[in-house]
Amino acid sequence: MNVEQFCSASRVVIVAGKGGVGKTTVTAALATAAAGAGASVLIVEVEGKSGLASALGAAPLTYEEQTLGERLRARTLTPNEALLEYLEEHGLRRISRRLVRSGALDVVATAVPGMRDILVLGKVKALERAEAADLILIDAPAAGHAVQFLLSPRGLLDAVRMGPVRAQAEDVIALLSDPARCRVLLVTLPEETPVNELVDTAYALEDRVGVKLGPVVVNAVPPALDVDGHSAGADATALGISLRPAEGAALDAAARFRQDRRALALAQAERLARRLPLPQLTLPFVFGEIGPHEVVGLADALAAGIGALRT
Amino acid sequence: MTGLGDLVADHDVIVCCGTGGVGKTTTAAVLALAAARRGRDAVVVTIDPAKRLADTLGLVGLGNTAHVIPRTRWADGATAEDGRLSALMLDTRATFDGLVHRYAQDEAQADRILGNGFYRNIAGALSGTQEYMAMEKLHELHEEGGYDLIVVDTPPSRHALDFLDAPQRLTRLLDNRVFRFLMMPTHKYVRVASNAVQRFLRTVGKVIGGDVLDDIVAFFRAFEGMEAGFRARAARVDELLLAPTTGFVLITSARRDAVDEAEFFAGRLRDADLGVAALVVNRVHPDFGEHRPVDALRGEARAVGGRGSDAAERLAARYDNLADYVSLADEERRRLADVGSRIGAATVAYVPSLARDVVDFEALDAVAGLLVDDGRPSTTG
Repeated sequence: MNVEQFCSASRVVIVAGKGGVGKTTVTAALATAAAGAGASVLIVEVEGKSGLASALGAAPLTYEEQTLGERLRARTLTPNEALLEYLEEHGLRRISRRLVRSGALDVVATAVPGMRDILVLGKVKALERAEAADLILIDAPAAGHAVQFLLSPRGLLDAVRMGPVRAQAEDVIALLSDPARCRVLLVTLPEETPVNELVDTAYALEDRVGVKLGPVVVNAVPPALDVDGHSAGADATALGISLRPAEGAALDAAARFRQDRRALALAQAERLARRLPLPQLTLPFVFGEIGPHEVVGLADALAAGIGALRT
Repeated sequence: MTGLGDLVADHDVIVCCGTGGVGKTTTAAVLALAAARRGRDAVVVTIDPAKRLADTLGLVGLGNTAHVIPRTRWADGATAEDGRLSALMLDTRATFDGLVHRYAQDEAQADRILGNGFYRNIAGALSGTQEYMAMEKLHELHEEGGYDLIVVDTPPSRHALDFLDAPQRLTRLLDNRVFRFLMMPTHKYVRVASNAVQRFLRTVGKVIGGDVLDDIVAFFRAFEGMEAGFRARAARVDELLLAPTTGFVLITSARRDAVDEAEFFAGRLRDADLGVAALVVNRVHPDFGEHRPVDALRGEARAVGGRGSDAAERLAARYDNLADYVSLADEERRRLADVGSRIGAATVAYVPSLARDVVDFEALDAVAGLLVDDGRPSTTG
């Protein structure tokens, strides 16, 4: 499968995972890979974090779309702004201001579980309907929250028996449960607890939300270091180089550290594969800060991984 | 630097704060364990612990009350004979229900509230409720538990400090101008409402459905007379958080985004007149002993790599690898160098990047050794 085929499988891709596993990095890398393959991409950030903008070398995102590069745009999507827009579009401009000013918005949002989430997802659906881009990438809230986030339309159907909010929830469910329109890409670190939580999240999303899961992204796997069983000292001697013993020890310790971490990461990826029968895309551990340059490297790694997926 | 030893020995309450995925729950468990091993009666309040850590703490299938973990499981080699370790997993809903029971005038009022759909959403979904209830549980344990030390975890989100204003948020909700008139002691509330308010409510009802609105109205009426109790209690929680025997521990990883979040949390604590007693930095990359600076290592990699044999390629790869880790460690050190003073933490403790998850008592105790006993940055992996 190539990146173009991968992108055309559904217009909406939701990137989800536990906090700190690199969702934002994966979102930036996938967006870059897709734009590089000729697709127009819109990134939607729903948690008000700044990481995405800095990974792509851009100014902080706003509710207004920004162009970040060729075929690449990004924006945020917050419940309050989505609600105001929704009410205004439904001819309720006056009430929307009063809702906010009086604080009744808090009361209403509390009265209806998942109200805030449904507003955000409703707007995602509107973007999808409008074909805002070939690929609409959602940087979702942290896992656990992601399950809640995606379950909200179902919860809402129980609470609200009529009216436009219910109609909105029904539309969102239709979007989430149609694999030709929407997929969820789960991200994890190759560590024990994140893997366990990813498996739980995956089954919850499939069983309770009915959403199609794309490949799992295993992030931050230390790249291979091929030094076999040789020591730095032995190789230096063979080359006729004089190596200070302390530095030789440091070279060996650092090599061992990397190999140990890689072995642990691969073992966790394998355990994940046994517990969750989904294809995996692997991204390398990046030494240092992730900026635009690193994102390009990760996009290439993702594209290579996608290339190896069976269609 | 004395690590967190004094904190664990002297304080009554430790609140662990930080963003998700940085080892907050684990650190909370480590601190409680360290206190118990020093002879104190310690309890850890966790929120949504990873399954294996929950198993270790005996939390599986247990509800909202603290239970004692048998000494045989954790006291091996402890310095004191009389320590006690308990653990509890916060049940937000049950804690909130408990509050309603406490402040309701009678059973009937409590039942009306507990059965109300709007209340169920407040108890489960109101932003800050989980944070608020963690503090409520802390208050309850402090007043009634008789523990020497309570270590409380906070939820893993950007909003982890919402407990600082959750009581006010709830109060604000209860004080809401539009809905307050619904609590007026008349059954004919619609009649006393102005036409404007009625129109407003009709429109809200159109958007969210009439039965939801009925639930809201019923809730505010049922809640009448209880706000004072809630407010008084919130004030006492504030007092406890401000007490000199309460310490806030900020937890972060060495990554830039996590450090940025830690600074954000420190700012919020400062705004609330709360100080940071200690900063714990998890997952610090190790240094690998004596070696030249990064540039020299990179230069060596290029020089050796140019010689074009298997041994040369291996040696060059090793030099590059060492340079990668050294530059990572250097970057972390630079980032963390002044962060302690910038956020005003008296103590900064470092925990190296560990090969295994910290999910059993042996591993928890090993981390306790790093955190509590000396707190110096580790220099080996």
